Amino acid sequence: MVENYFPVFVFLVVALLFSMAPLLLGRLLGPSRPDPEKLSPYECGFEPFEDARIRFDVRYYLIAILFILFDLEIAFLFPWAVVFKDMIAEGAHAFYVFGTVMVFLAVLVIGYIVEWKNGALDWE
Amino acid sequence: MEFERPDFSLAAAEIFVAVMALVVMVTGTFLRRISRELGYALAQLTVIGAAFITVFSVDDPTVRYTFGTMYVSDWLGQVLKLFIYLSVFASLLYGRLYLIERRLEKAEYYVLMLLSMLGAMILVSANNLLVLYLGLEMMTLALYALVAFDRDNGLRSEAAIKYFVLGAISSGLLLYGMSMIYGATGSLDLGVVGQAVSLGAGDELVFKFGLAFLVAGIAFKFGVVPFHMWVADVYHGAPTPVTLLISSAPKLAAFALAVRLLVGGFFGLAETWQPMLMLLAVASIVLGNLAAIAQSNIKRMLAYSGISHMGFVLLGLLAGVTDGGHQQVFNAYSSALFYAVSYALMSLASFGMVLLLARTGFEAEHIDDFKGLNRRSPWFAAMMMLVMFSMAGIPFFLGFFAKFAVLEAVVSAGHTWLAVLAVIMSVIGAYYYLRVVKVMYFDEPMDRTALIASSETRVLLSANALTLAVAGLMPQGLMAVCGYAVLTSF
Repeated sequence: MVENYFPVFVFLVVALLFSMAPLLLGRLLGPSRPDPEKLSPYECGFEPFEDARIRFDVRYYLIAILFILFDLEIAFLFPWAVVFKDMIAEGAHAFYVFGTVMVFLAVLVIGYIVEWKNGALDWE
Repeated sequence: MEFERPDFSLAAAEIFVAVMALVVMVTGTFLRRISRELGYALAQLTVIGAAFITVFSVDDPTVRYTFGTMYVSDWLGQVLKLFIYLSVFASLLYGRLYLIERRLEKAEYYVLMLLSMLGAMILVSANNLLVLYLGLEMMTLALYALVAFDRDNGLRSEAAIKYFVLGAISSGLLLYGMSMIYGATGSLDLGVVGQAVSLGAGDELVFKFGLAFLVAGIAFKFGVVPFHMWVADVYHGAPTPVTLLISSAPKLAAFALAVRLLVGGFFGLAETWQPMLMLLAVASIVLGNLAAIAQSNIKRMLAYSGISHMGFVLLGLLAGVTDGGHQQVFNAYSSALFYAVSYALMSLASFGMVLLLARTGFEAEHIDDFKGLNRRSPWFAAMMMLVMFSMAGIPFFLGFFAKFAVLEAVVSAGHTWLAVLAVIMSVIGAYYYLRVVKVMYFDEPMDRTALIASSETRVLLSANALTLAVAGLMPQGLMAVCGYAVLTSF
């Protein structure tokens, strides 16, 4: 049971090393001249500490919600990819297995066309 | 394991509705100029087409499964689906003028209506905990959006937020219960769960905990006390055509949810859920009827009356747990189904009347708005009287036989005190229904303008109300259908 998780462990170790290496290299090789602006937490476009109740453009919200929507839907492709070969091995026709996910994607594409046509993707 | 291709023909109605919802969405986007008329026409065609598909697929009475065993096609599902189609059809037709006057008639409205109907259809035919949940969420998510459709109106947004938050909590409860059941049985299939429960295979405590959460989730969807907080506000706040829909189709779907989960899955623990339902039913019948008396807004009044009616449906369901023979059990479930269907018919007609009186800038939400209706339109005053008599359970209207069948089942299950209480509360409840009749016939009208309504609305609303009277005189047909549906489905 536990040994099944060995690849996950290896994956974690590699990920840790891979992410630590640039940081370490940067510290060792790069010049270090700190100033207050450099040491403050990085946030793109905003002051890091201010009143949370600020006005922001609703268009950000729209883009974010559409992104989340499509991002979540794409997550459904992973389980399908995992069982693809198993289903064929159990006697399902390859076109059938392929077709199921194509129907799913077709629905997504229709949603995409509708949101495009309705101007949800236009910034201006 | 051998792969088996699912029989798509059993789910033909669902597939048809799903495709048509997309068609309405795309045509609504690309043909802006005619999208309103087209959306309405396509939506009504979809409902009628789905009804045809369902009617032509009921000739085989045996229960059939497809998509593994995730989807079940049986008479119970088909009968409920037909009444769900009727609710959506009536909501679209009665509400047309209301939407046009308020500039709410958009293609998206019809898409949401169809998706909500699709969710209800999936829920009704589900035989798997996840599919049940999928259908439920699909139905209610579309309804949240429909309640908020008139988004510039504060009342609507408030109702939608309340509905959404409480609906999300109830879905969470239901899902938590389902996860416990899955943990105890290792299966999502209702048949397997049912077997495990009746054999006692699994930790009984986990079953009972899961069951308590499931019952709470079901009670939320029915809107019965003490899970009724959202009902009055949502009925009041939603645009009236949406209220009409919420008061009918989701109740039928909730009935299916209760039957599939409690009777299909948890019959082995019936002694545990019976007292729970008893508590819910008694509280709903008492509080629903008493609170309705205090309402001056007719949508709120009908909301509380709906709570008490749902209490009666639960009475029918709990009467099925009895030592009596099979016949008694079938009678109890068919009485509950009969009650749910009759309530849907009555609810359609009553909100149809509210819609009939509404005009541009005027909602006709108050009971006072019905004052002197007899002078303005004697025919529709008579129709409203039929509806109110039927809801009050006055013999010989449909509502009377619905109550009678449920009470008969409750008495034969040995709960005489419940029947006595229900009768007393119905008599108290008759007060607020009859008040509407009194206001229509004996008060002076506040305005004397004639009613504006399309001829289709007039015809269907009259037919709807007359059905309550005619089916009251000849209830055998509908009762036989309900009985057969229950008999063949279990």
